[in-house]
Amino acid sequence: MNSIPRLPLARWTDQSIDFLQGHWGASTQAFSEQLESFIKGLQLILISIPPELFILVMVLLAWWLTGGKMAIFSLIGLFFIYNVQLWAVTMETLAMVIAAVLLCAVIGIPLGILSAKSITAHRIIAPVLDFMQTLPAFVYLLPAIPFFGLGVVPGVLTTIIFAMPPVIRLTDLGLRQVPEELIELGKSFGSTFFQMLFKIELPLARATILAGINQCIMLSLSMVVIAAMIGAKGLGGVVWRAIQTLKFGMGFEAGVAIVVIAIILDRITQNLGKNK
Amino acid sequence: MEKIKVQNLTKIYGHNTDKALQMVHNGSSNQEIREKTKQVVGVRDASFAVEQGECFVIMGLSGSGKSSLLRCINRLIKATEGQILIDGEDVNQMSSQRLEKLRQEKMAMVFQRFALLPHRTILDNIAYGLEVQGVQRPVRLEKASQALELVGLKGWEDSYPDSLSGGMQQRVGIARALATDPDILLMDEPFSALDPLIRQDMQDELLDIQQKLQKTILFVTHDLDEALKVGDRIALMKDARIVQIGNPEEILLSPASDYVARFVENVNRSRALTASAVMVKPRAVAHPKDGPLTALTFMERHGLSTIFVTDRSGRLQGYVQAEDASDLVDKGIRELDGIIQHDMPTAAPDTMLADILDTLAYCKVPVAVIDEQSKLKGVLVRGSVIAGLAGERRGSHE
Repeated sequence: MNSIPRLPLARWTDQSIDFLQGHWGASTQAFSEQLESFIKGLQLILISIPPELFILVMVLLAWWLTGGKMAIFSLIGLFFIYNVQLWAVTMETLAMVIAAVLLCAVIGIPLGILSAKSITAHRIIAPVLDFMQTLPAFVYLLPAIPFFGLGVVPGVLTTIIFAMPPVIRLTDLGLRQVPEELIELGKSFGSTFFQMLFKIELPLARATILAGINQCIMLSLSMVVIAAMIGAKGLGGVVWRAIQTLKFGMGFEAGVAIVVIAIILDRITQNLGKNK
Repeated sequence: MEKIKVQNLTKIYGHNTDKALQMVHNGSSNQEIREKTKQVVGVRDASFAVEQGECFVIMGLSGSGKSSLLRCINRLIKATEGQILIDGEDVNQMSSQRLEKLRQEKMAMVFQRFALLPHRTILDNIAYGLEVQGVQRPVRLEKASQALELVGLKGWEDSYPDSLSGGMQQRVGIARALATDPDILLMDEPFSALDPLIRQDMQDELLDIQQKLQKTILFVTHDLDEALKVGDRIALMKDARIVQIGNPEEILLSPASDYVARFVENVNRSRALTASAVMVKPRAVAHPKDGPLTALTFMERHGLSTIFVTDRSGRLQGYVQAEDASDLVDKGIRELDGIIQHDMPTAAPDTMLADILDTLAYCKVPVAVIDEQSKLKGVLVRGSVIAGLAGERRGSHE
């Protein structure tokens, strides 16, 4: 056993990161700036909405989609966040979650479709997803810094890596679960590939895909908090600072705010799938 | 005109069909092929032709290959070997664009579990085929509502499929298939998932619609009663092969094999047999010019209590009873005219037995079978009718 030389995986990884940084550094910087202005814009919009109006809209949305109990919870929860003066950082976090989920959907749904349609694609994508979901976040959190600097961009990008797999998996699953007879229906009337996809398969897979988006939102929310370690700020930033300065009360407040946002987003998106 | 012509169609399921195909050619059994090559034979060497406007039934038990055969026709399943000619064009050789075009314009399918899209309204479901063709929304909705009216579901346009009963859902399925005005309807056990009573209604309705529209229909079923009722001709399948093709009476009266015979044993024959299948030749007829004595002699010779009277060209005039004839003989009258009874039950040769059983049960006189010119073709006597219903082969008793 010992006669086999040690596999230099660590050195290879370091070398490739150096190589990539050297050759791709400029383009990742440009991409990073684009993404940053998008996220900052989103944060600006959310923060400029008056909290009263925001709370009202969320309460009505919760009422419409899930009913009275959730509306009351939203009212109390959001008012609590406003009351403990975490409103601005909550909006920062929300903007990062929205940006991450949008990108996950834009990239993940097409990949899910590809994976459902092509066995080869499925064979390549499935293990990559396993890798993305189980690799400890810290392992790729820090290497992101040389490429994208400190701040929201590497935070959102690592969030995407962590939160995208369920979107791909459930899109794939949703498409595979479309009843055989409905596939035959589409074919027997001479539907083209895209007609099948947009008129039959995606509408029927809608609930499953939305379940994937729901999972994606939950994972994003937990990840943007961890991403605060590399300067992503938001509620995670508050938690991180509280831990460093041993202000446990402050950390608990921020933690409750995260839970409130998580429950509201979860219930609302769950019911998006059920509603017609 | 032949609308669909299938020649030597074989379908083998599996990835390596060459060897299995070779074994099919050599006549190995399905079992042997499965054991040796792991390939499953779905359809073997099927050949038939369907005429324009004909309703052709493919019937067999589950696993007999009937659904596979149907799906080869529009290439939902690609046949391993053989030709499927639609208007002379081979489906198996078509480019995928040509195939899409063919499916859009020439044929439509009706499914066992209805296959309605749950996220669309009834009207949008029916308009699906037109939508695929690229027809503008107002036009296709107009056509869809016409189709909806045809199946008697006006007023349900904006409902969703889950609010409809099974029977209604299948009406929508049929309307959807008719909306594109295709030449060919492929129906895959369309009524099997319905309650028996609703199933019969739907069969009647299909026959009505067929009378109006004269589509070429390929109809798959496992129910022989249904096959006999809707089919102009029936192909019986067993173990991936077609074992007999014929019209309903041929299938019932001269089954090609023991398998078919066992199959038809339990069918309700009164719904499949027509008067002409069980009628017997009148043993004797009298003519108006014959005197009563002649008529009486005929009756005595053949042991009859009544005799039918026809004119010289064979048209039925009525019947004479033995007592009346013997009265005339006693009175010395020479002409039959006075005693011919004109009021009597008759049936056409294609009348279903089910429709005349009542008459037969209560009427003392045999039922005369006459054609459109009222020529006497035969008579229905209770004995022959009962024998027909019981399934005895014709010929063995005559």
